[in-house]
Amino acid sequence: MKITLTHLLGLEGVSKQDITTILDTADTFKNVLKRPIPKVPTMKGKTIVNLFFEPSTRTRFSFELAEKRLSADTVNFSASSSSVLKGETLKDTIKNIEAMRIDFVVMRHGAPGSAKYLSECVNASVINAGDGAHEHPTQGLLDMMTIREKVGRIEGLNVTIIGDIKHSRVARSNIHGLISMGAHVGVCGPATLLPRDIRELGVTVYPSLEDALADSDVINVLRIQLERQKGGQFPSLREYRTLFGITGERLQHAKKGITVLHPGPMNRGVEIDSDVADGNASVILDQVTNGLAVRMAVLYLLAGGRSKMEGDSNAQ
Amino acid sequence: MPSNKPEFFETLLLKGGTVVDPSSNRNEKADIIVDGDTIRQVGTIDASSFSGKVIDCTGKTIIPGLMDMHVHLREPGEEHKETVESGLRAAMNGGFTAVCSMPNTKPAIDSLSQIELLRKLSGGMLTDLHPIAAVTKGREGKELTEMGELAAAGAVGFSDDGSPVLNSGLMRNAMEYAAMVGRCVIDHCEDPDLAGGGHMNESLQSTYAGLKAIPSISEAVQVARDVLISEYTGCPVHIAHVSTEESVRIIRNAKARKIAVTAETCPHYLVLTDEAVRTYDTNYKMNPPLRSAKDQAALIAGLKDGTIDVIASDHAPHHADDKDLEFSAAAFGIVGLETSLGIVLTELMGNHQFSLVQIIELMSANPRRITRVPAISIQQDQTASLTILDLGMKWTVDSAAFMSRSVNTPFNGRELSGGAWGVVNNHQVFVK
Ligand SMILES: [Zn+2]
Repeated sequence: MKITLTHLLGLEGVSKQDITTILDTADTFKNVLKRPIPKVPTMKGKTIVNLFFEPSTRTRFSFELAEKRLSADTVNFSASSSSVLKGETLKDTIKNIEAMRIDFVVMRHGAPGSAKYLSECVNASVINAGDGAHEHPTQGLLDMMTIREKVGRIEGLNVTIIGDIKHSRVARSNIHGLISMGAHVGVCGPATLLPRDIRELGVTVYPSLEDALADSDVINVLRIQLERQKGGQFPSLREYRTLFGITGERLQHAKKGITVLHPGPMNRGVEIDSDVADGNASVILDQVTNGLAVRMAVLYLLAGGRSKMEGDSNAQ
Repeated sequence: MPSNKPEFFETLLLKGGTVVDPSSNRNEKADIIVDGDTIRQVGTIDASSFSGKVIDCTGKTIIPGLMDMHVHLREPGEEHKETVESGLRAAMNGGFTAVCSMPNTKPAIDSLSQIELLRKLSGGMLTDLHPIAAVTKGREGKELTEMGELAAAGAVGFSDDGSPVLNSGLMRNAMEYAAMVGRCVIDHCEDPDLAGGGHMNESLQSTYAGLKAIPSISEAVQVARDVLISEYTGCPVHIAHVSTEESVRIIRNAKARKIAVTAETCPHYLVLTDEAVRTYDTNYKMNPPLRSAKDQAALIAGLKDGTIDVIASDHAPHHADDKDLEFSAAAFGIVGLETSLGIVLTELMGNHQFSLVQIIELMSANPRRITRVPAISIQQDQTASLTILDLGMKWTVDSAAFMSRSVNTPFNGRELSGGAWGVVNNHQVFVK
């Protein structure tokens, strides 16, 4: 199986065919992970740098484990954004990477577009592990894998993203990926946390959570950041919970068979209650397992695309 | 290899050009003799009896010298980006015989000694420098500068450009005091709370890009405030780099009510939109940001009906180290002196049926009127400040050939139609 991408910078513009190939490959890797020795030699000899300019335990851990399961050599670089000026760090770090022979760079950075900037400066394949509020494509893919696994399909489903859409890279990657796969995407959240002209992306805006829950086959509940309240964008966590919190009581009036996702880490008792997070509708732990399989699939497929390209250039 | 230095002359004959000058109602083939810095004769002249320098202007169009009233020359303080000399050479290369420099240098142009420094640095150059001084000391938005003495020393306007004059009470005082000394305040309109530390226009494009965004109203609310203060005080105000439909509408209404507001926009807003920012190419980053197609159409309509008086480049040189970065870390601003005229001729004359006379109003007559810089008229005994156009010239922007020290342009490689072929000013001539 092959995909047409050399980098994974986002899900905007990625075809249904490529997404399906990634999800199918991830299903295969999920079976590999169930073996007694859950490791394959696929990427032996490949070198991967994990560049994390923002703290992230989950995504980073997931990528590192995926790389180890594929037998790749990995190098980790993390910069505390307070110690150095952000702009200088990325540029200087890129110069260092250029000097080494690296096959992949997995990067998380606070600046939207930084993954694209990196891809223009280095020879390696770049995987965006989150660039500011722009995209977090592997999260979008693992969410779609989880939906497909639970419901059996993506096409035609009503999937609603709930919370701070404006500052969320998870929301953007979900919107682009899900629309590509034929889902109907909705968003619901405080008016101050919806980005401008969001309807023009082809999504439905639900003013009330009740309406969103009544329509949705799947909801993806985003983490609410307390700093948005300090920035005057919503009044209090208490009111947020009252208006947008997913409680067991609310879920009783939701569409039958609704599936609940959350990219984590959760604020239990704020955007989601424990009886929902740990209940039957929740697939939150499956998301974690699937994240590993999706990241293995992305690395594997990008490596395939690359070795094909190298073959081509040798042939001339 | 063409020289990048102008040539001094005693007498000069511009032979065979077409002279277009609304101030003398001229649109005809005419030769011009220049004696030092003065026009001696306009009409049909026999070259055989002339002993000075002759330039064949056949096929060229001679117009009153252009003036760019909004440029950043970076000296003193950031000479690695631009100096007064390199900036004035870039202006000459772009067809300008005069520019107004913004005072947001390091330190700011807020005292007589700073004006004197600029006068010294610009002395002897082909292109004239008319400095704009700061409204407030150090551009800190607190105390007024000595506007009376600064104006007497040559400051042609007052602006804290780079920043707005936020305090409305201070803005009122600034407008009243500046009017008393015969100058106007030029305001960079931006409400920083609405702008929210953004990097691009707020629109569907920012929703895609995930960048912090600057809504159009961050500009327009300040424009509305300035218009109200101008109406209340009766004092003039000039709105720098108008970029939004709302601002155009407010200014149009104000002019209908005879309020003393004038306005400028910049070439990049006329040909680029925020869609370009999706590339994250930092040469599309400036403040105000590139706006939507709707704003662009409003700006062109505003230029056409006289709502917007001036096209200025907002020439903002930056070193590669300030631009070769991720978008949110990069500096705001692009160079414009050497592309401004070509873009205006290509876009407004080529695509929007503006006349050359309208272009002369926008780029020569109106900026001089607003800054009280003496008007240019192509007539006997008048000052010889001339721009020579080649309206038929097809050319491609090549930033490597810029005379500016900086190359931060989004227009490199762009094909343009029409541009500056030469300039005459201060006993000097420069032709390509
Ligand atoms: Zn400005």
